[in-house]
Amino acid sequence: MDKMPKWADVALIPFINLLLALIVSGLVVLYIGESPVEAMTIMVRGAVGSAYGWGYTLYYATNFIFTGLAVAVAFHARMFNIGGEGQAALGGLGVAVVCLSVGWPHWSMALIAAVLGSAAFGAAWAAVPAYLQAKRGSHIVITTIMFNFIASALLVYLLVNVFRVPGSMAPETARFAEGAHLPNAHAIAPWLGFPRSTPLNVSFLVALVACLFVWLLIWRTRLGYEIRAFGESETAAVYAGINPVRIIMISMLISGGLAGMMAINSVMGEAERLVLDPVQGAGFVGIAVALMGRSHPIGVLLAAVLFGMLYQGGAELAFDMPGVSREMLLVIQALVILFTGALDNMVRSPVQRMFLAMRKEG
Amino acid sequence: MSFDIVLQLLDSSVRLATPLLLACLAGLYSERAGIFDIGLEGKLLISAFFSAAAAYSTGSAWLGLLAGMASAMVFAALHGVASITFRGNQLISGVAINFLASGMTVVVSVSWYQLGGRTPQLEGASRFQDLTLPLAESLSGVPILGPIYSELISGHSALVYLALLMVPLTWWVLNRTRFGLRLRAVGENPAAVDTAGISVVRLRFTAVLICGALCGIAGTYLATSLSAGFIKEMSAGRGFIALAALIFAKWRPWYALMACLLFGFLDATGSIFQNIEILGFGVPVQFMQALPYILTVVILAGFVGKAIPPRAGGEPYVKER
Repeated sequence: MDKMPKWADVALIPFINLLLALIVSGLVVLYIGESPVEAMTIMVRGAVGSAYGWGYTLYYATNFIFTGLAVAVAFHARMFNIGGEGQAALGGLGVAVVCLSVGWPHWSMALIAAVLGSAAFGAAWAAVPAYLQAKRGSHIVITTIMFNFIASALLVYLLVNVFRVPGSMAPETARFAEGAHLPNAHAIAPWLGFPRSTPLNVSFLVALVACLFVWLLIWRTRLGYEIRAFGESETAAVYAGINPVRIIMISMLISGGLAGMMAINSVMGEAERLVLDPVQGAGFVGIAVALMGRSHPIGVLLAAVLFGMLYQGGAELAFDMPGVSREMLLVIQALVILFTGALDNMVRSPVQRMFLAMRKEG
Repeated sequence: MSFDIVLQLLDSSVRLATPLLLACLAGLYSERAGIFDIGLEGKLLISAFFSAAAAYSTGSAWLGLLAGMASAMVFAALHGVASITFRGNQLISGVAINFLASGMTVVVSVSWYQLGGRTPQLEGASRFQDLTLPLAESLSGVPILGPIYSELISGHSALVYLALLMVPLTWWVLNRTRFGLRLRAVGENPAAVDTAGISVVRLRFTAVLICGALCGIAGTYLATSLSAGFIKEMSAGRGFIALAALIFAKWRPWYALMACLLFGFLDATGSIFQNIEILGFGVPVQFMQALPYILTVVILAGFVGKAIPPRAGGEPYVKER
């Protein structure tokens, strides 16, 4: 018998966790002498009060869907992929290689190639830590952290010494050619009212497809079953004939590939060139998104939109309330990770006890 | 390469190794007790900020040190509550602590000083000054040994000597005291410790708080000795390099010293020489920066001596009922 109904697990507990995180963030805002209610109003209005705001919110959400799904897939195999940051940076490299090496006649072909390129580069960057975990037992968390730093050094080296435009000081690649420009929401659906310069682009649809893909993979295929079985109990999975090396490798490659695909949104869709630090912390936000979304694609989608709102709303907040710096976002993000991830039992145990007590009475 | 440059390089290596060493020993206490800590970075950062802020307002570097240690211990206690009391995921808690530190330091410093995330410049007694060891002046004329003594061994801040002293002390505590034996046991087999009637929770909390205190010293060194004040994100990944050094050292104090000196040396080399040529090949500076991480992955892969973490590391302890 379950300790509590399913809706409590998937909705009530994340909601309480989020509420606690927001209350503590509100206390921080109060401490630095601003009104939390006013701050919240500015954030919500800035994020979803206009088509302009929605454009940025969903643009950020697209990044977080990819990185959130990446962490979620690895979570199902009980792997903690903390290397989304590095894998996404390498994905950016893949996008840059694809976009700069071929003169694409149409964006749709460029998009398909960029999806493959970014996923391949991201997966390749996850492959070494995955192999070391599977074959040599090296802790995946530590190796993926190390690979984040190695990726950032590699990217700096390549941008300064290989990809830099001759004569330019800026460590960035040339602007991608016209054929590799992804249409944004204004170009695709002018009737939705997004402004001409909105960063929201066709990658958002790719992200939705990725959600569907992950759902099908995890809950509708034999491989997904094996991944989940392995995540629940390695010994039981081995007893049932599931090869742990294979599951670790495949789940981490998919995870790295998804993280890498983030670059089609940020590098190809928005910046249209590869710059230093193309990921901007989105790899880490993926951890918070996967935790809040309970590693389910629908949960990840909702949590990603929520974090998109936080990022866009936070930017507006820093603009409208100069007393509150943009780093307030990091505080909120940290508290969400803390309450949903690390302090989960603090909320879960009392809620479980409450439901058990109600059941006895009923 | 002249003798002077070698000396300058080694001197700079010692300075850059100090925060790594303190953070590495901090992680050692925590991880030997079975609590993984990827939040070293966050504790460095938060203590760098609060030590600089306290040193600025009181004018005393030592009060800054107290504030730095206290702030890092508060964060350590948070990690303890999450991972020991509520048996949460230690890695996730560490990630949260890192973000909390990078957010809070900027939010609070902008609100206090309006300097875009910095503290005001520290001067005079609000910084740890370099100590001159006895006879350093008069011996500096002696060839070879004189400059080594007066430039390399003498002339560091008190915290550098404190960090170096922590190495034998940690070795002694870990291997020669009852507390150390219990600490190591709780990281390998907490159930056995529990059976012997010793509180697993209290031992682990003690270890986590020691970790916080040492991280606090490391952060204070960054802000009040290596630099003159707090700068946004000034820990710059040192907490992770310390973590790498800890693995490199296979969780042992003397090896930690060696690993940190090596990583400090790499850092110093990268900052003194912009272009390095080895056997005719130009080595890019980014490679030098990435080398600690690459070396750690090689060590983790077990091709050069296997690094085996404490057996109960990362596992919350659930008492049988």
